[in-house]
Amino acid sequence: MSSMKEVLIAPLFVNNPIGLQILGICSALAVTTKMSVALVMCIALTLVTAFSNLFISLIRNQIPSSIRIIVQMTVIASLVIVVDQILGAVAYDMSKELTVFVGLIITNCIVMGRAEAFAMQNPPVLSFVDGIGNGLGYSVVLMLVATIREFLGSGSLFGYAVMPLITNGGWYNPMGMMLLPPSAFFIIGLLIWGLRAWKTEQVEEPEYEIGGHTALTRPV
Amino acid sequence: MKALRDFLDKIEPDFDKGGKYESWYAIYEAVDTIFYSPGKVTAGASHVRDALEVKRVMTTVWLCAFLPMFAGMYFVGLNALQAMETVGVESIGGWRGWIFELLAVYDATSWWNCLIYGAVYFVPIYMMTFVVGGFWEVLFAMKRRHEINEGFFVTSILFALTLPATIPLWQVALGISFGVVIGKEVFGGTGKNFLNPALTGRAFLYFAYPAQMSGDAIWTAVDGFSGATALGIVAADGMAGLVNSGLTWTDAFIGNMQGSVGETSTLAIMLGMIILIFTKVASWRIILGVFLGMVAMSSLLNWIGSDTNPAFAMPFWWHFVLGGFAFGMVYMATDPVSASMTNKGKLAYGAFIGVLVVIIRVINPAFPEGMMLAILFANLTAPLIDWFVVRANVKRRIARG
Repeated sequence: MSSMKEVLIAPLFVNNPIGLQILGICSALAVTTKMSVALVMCIALTLVTAFSNLFISLIRNQIPSSIRIIVQMTVIASLVIVVDQILGAVAYDMSKELTVFVGLIITNCIVMGRAEAFAMQNPPVLSFVDGIGNGLGYSVVLMLVATIREFLGSGSLFGYAVMPLITNGGWYNPMGMMLLPPSAFFIIGLLIWGLRAWKTEQVEEPEYEIGGHTALTRPV
Repeated sequence: MKALRDFLDKIEPDFDKGGKYESWYAIYEAVDTIFYSPGKVTAGASHVRDALEVKRVMTTVWLCAFLPMFAGMYFVGLNALQAMETVGVESIGGWRGWIFELLAVYDATSWWNCLIYGAVYFVPIYMMTFVVGGFWEVLFAMKRRHEINEGFFVTSILFALTLPATIPLWQVALGISFGVVIGKEVFGGTGKNFLNPALTGRAFLYFAYPAQMSGDAIWTAVDGFSGATALGIVAADGMAGLVNSGLTWTDAFIGNMQGSVGETSTLAIMLGMIILIFTKVASWRIILGVFLGMVAMSSLLNWIGSDTNPAFAMPFWWHFVLGGFAFGMVYMATDPVSASMTNKGKLAYGAFIGVLVVIIRVINPAFPEGMMLAILFANLTAPLIDWFVVRANVKRRIARG
């Protein structure tokens, strides 16, 4: 049985849901043009993952194995609706900016993945902590990507202009590419490269090795 | 020469594994092979004896790219000097103006003036490309312990030639960095990239800084002068607009029009193409495929016709001379690494580019030019095309029994 601390800390870098498992990429592309939007998304996803893990773990012994996915979906969907409604009531503008992506947390692979892989086998409190940990792992990557994209694409952080744009009389020529979704692919790819250079045990085994040259070589 | 060989042999142990300059081996190897042929030959049972190795292939392409480069510099200068008279600008100012005034005068009638004018814009772009791109190339060669590949000579000049003359130099540096690192090195270096690195860098700039890579104000290197590319005119006003603009087919063919530095002179590109095909460096199958694909698709669109989109009426001989079509066909599509490998596949791959470029130019309202996107897209499908060709071959041979 894994310890509480390990379950919380491991998903940050060692077993990051985006960096190692390559899950939840879709929302990482869609909501990372602005840091504020990304932050709200991170909080929403962390809460949904934590509570869905908690509730599914509580009823894990009552769920018939054959319909467990449907039960998990029901729990997750209910939680997402609650989050969506709260956002709409408390922060209406933010909810407008996030558009469908809060609703799409239902299909986020991280939430489903943790429910199926962890909460179904582990006690409630540990599952809850695991949900928080994975939510934080997702958040770390999302906020890094959002920081880079907003900084280079709009010259600002959390909407506060750090590098004044040429169009506003400043000197920074924004990199338009950073506002397009493909840039997130490159950034996530580079982050994964960096992560694997740091934690080399994450590097995958090559599928095959190119054999050496079989002809003899001799110096002329 | 003996002394040089001895010197190189003497310092070699320092660069071998365990030597004090171990990580600089790539540089040693590059210098050594500039002066001498590599000292290793295959001695086993089977090998191909051919003088045409990577170094010679790449150098040939590099030298052939000088033709459109000089033509491009001349026409950049000619257009700019004529525009200066029209707009009434006296001098270009800045360090470019200082260098230009040392060597030439503002007068469009002499070819020397035009060439120097083009050179003060293009040479800095090329130097920036070479220094920054070369830095990444050497860095990866040192870290990954592979050779510094001559392919970079080709990548650098092709990248520089696809840029407009007025592009800011820091954008050049960003573009080539992206092209070399993301387009090539992350996949393992030359020979393992699936996209053309020069076009990858250009595509990055095109989407990152559209204001400096497209539009009307960037093609002629004179402040305050605005001139649309011929394809831009056709997209807006159709063939009638092109005729009204005064651009004749001959002008477009020799290169006297708005465009990126290297793409304007179809004539110079054709000369390069003849050398490349004659030396068998570029695949004639790909070039033919691109040309036939373009002719077929544009003729089809001519025949269909359209009331709302005037570009449908553009005939194939205009498609051929405008924009980056000829340059892409000869220098970009034939990149042996990112193209299809099989003979039938090369034809199909070329034809796919030709069809795609006309579709993007004519039917997609967002981009008046489509050669870059067409080639990058075809790069993605090249292995798939090869796979089908190989499967068909296997089936045919099984059926033969």
